[in-house]
Amino acid sequence: MERVPILKIGSTLFVSIQIDLQDETVIRLQEDLATELVATRATGVIIDITAVEIVDSFIGRMLTMIGSISRLFDAETVLVGMRPAVAITLTELGLSLRGVRTALNAEKGLELLSGSS
Amino acid sequence: MDVDGSQARMAAFLRDHQDKIVGRWSELVVAGVRGRSSVVEARRELEDIYSLIIAVMSGPGEAGPGEQARVELRAVLAEFSRSRARSGFAPGETALGVFSLKEAVYELIADAADLMPEFLAFSRLIDNLGLYTFESYAAARERIITDQATSMLELSTPVVRLWDGIIAVPLVGTLDSARTQLVMEKLLETLVATGADHAVLDITGVPTVDTEVAQHLLKTVNAARLLGAECTVSGIRPQVAQTIVSLGIEFGDIATKATLADALAHALSRAGLKVGPA
Amino acid sequence: MDELPIQSGDDVVRVRQHVRILAAKSGLSLVDQTKVVTAASELARNALVYGGGGMARVEVVTSATGRNGVRVDFTDDGPGIGDVDLALTDGWTSGAGLGLGLSGARRLVDEFELTSKAGAGTSVVIVKWSR
Repeated sequence: MERVPILKIGSTLFVSIQIDLQDETVIRLQEDLATELVATRATGVIIDITAVEIVDSFIGRMLTMIGSISRLFDAETVLVGMRPAVAITLTELGLSLRGVRTALNAEKGLELLSGSS
Repeated sequence: MDVDGSQARMAAFLRDHQDKIVGRWSELVVAGVRGRSSVVEARRELEDIYSLIIAVMSGPGEAGPGEQARVELRAVLAEFSRSRARSGFAPGETALGVFSLKEAVYELIADAADLMPEFLAFSRLIDNLGLYTFESYAAARERIITDQATSMLELSTPVVRLWDGIIAVPLVGTLDSARTQLVMEKLLETLVATGADHAVLDITGVPTVDTEVAQHLLKTVNAARLLGAECTVSGIRPQVAQTIVSLGIEFGDIATKATLADALAHALSRAGLKVGPA
Repeated sequence: MDELPIQSGDDVVRVRQHVRILAAKSGLSLVDQTKVVTAASELARNALVYGGGGMARVEVVTSATGRNGVRVDFTDDGPGIGDVDLALTDGWTSGAGLGLGLSGARRLVDEFELTSKAGAGTSVVIVKWSR
């Protein structure tokens, strides 16, 4: 099973999802992130989904959960790079992903994080 | 397109009198479209169709060259209909083009009584071809109408840049689900292209705002938010305001303003800018 | 028509990829491709998680007016759905409170047919047409 790598830059954890997400992969990512947050005491998480073509209700819920988990460790999460087609589909599905902040790209995501801390 | 085995003699007759029949057929077709096509042009197209009809009639049964010709004939007739539909010819004129072959053949065959039964089968074949031509025409016309509707939709959905990071979508006309899909697509694409983080949806030009329209607006705002952009709805006219309130529509945390100007000022202040005297 | 087994998470991914390829072949726009693949993902997962495994049949179809589309047929031999109408209402959940996502999936496609009876498995057929 593939694992999504987590990069630490400053006080932010970067996660760039490049593969077609399998359910187990997402669940593993949640666990890995929780572990890293505790180990590094990072205050921000950026999840880059620029390369993700499909976000269904399960993955959508998992992403929201990541936001909640991060908050438990006093970290803010920003979801960046969502594709227009994905955003339109999620909206049609009725998922607004409230609970995770969003930004157009990683740069804006960082601005958001530094603004809130 | 059923073909009798006894079509061989008819096929031979057609082959022998090809020049005369196609000539007469072209005249009849041109007369039918009232001169919008010349006999020479018509003849070129009809010659092709004629050869294929002979091939279909000469080919035995289901497999082999007869079947191949049948497939090709359908393709040629479909193309014939498509181009007629695009050029604005009437459906009747187009189908008549095929039916008049019967007349051209009959004029020559009227004296040959022994070929009558075969002429009947030939007539049936032409009837089927004529119907097929008509159906292809109808399908082509429908396609054209759909394409035109799509272009109209595209043209009436502009997205403009008001300022750095601020874009506006002036909506004119009804906001139905088809329109909403297009608005969402264009809005999101523009957000990605310009990196804007604020969008103003102006509904001055939307005649009625009921629960359905409000839902469409909400959907659009949701989609833009997923790309990190905030939205303001502007252009709420007094009557529209009454309808919204009486229908119990809640805009929640979406900012609403009376005019585009107000919305721009709001967006600018959110961006940490303000307008003052020079 | 292509038959794909749904017995694992990997299979769900495979169904997604396959539907994507056929959707593109049918001439669907990018947004429409995304919608039908997402719907397929929901339904494939349902077949796996709630149906105990099943099958997906994917094919390109053509309408009477000559339009192309993609059709996916999901079947499983699981416990089935007792009240179909209820399952199709927004926000209905079952099992671990995660919801079957059926009403959402239905909004993403042009044709949606659900047949199920308690104890008799479930079948869902979806079609998305090109414009």
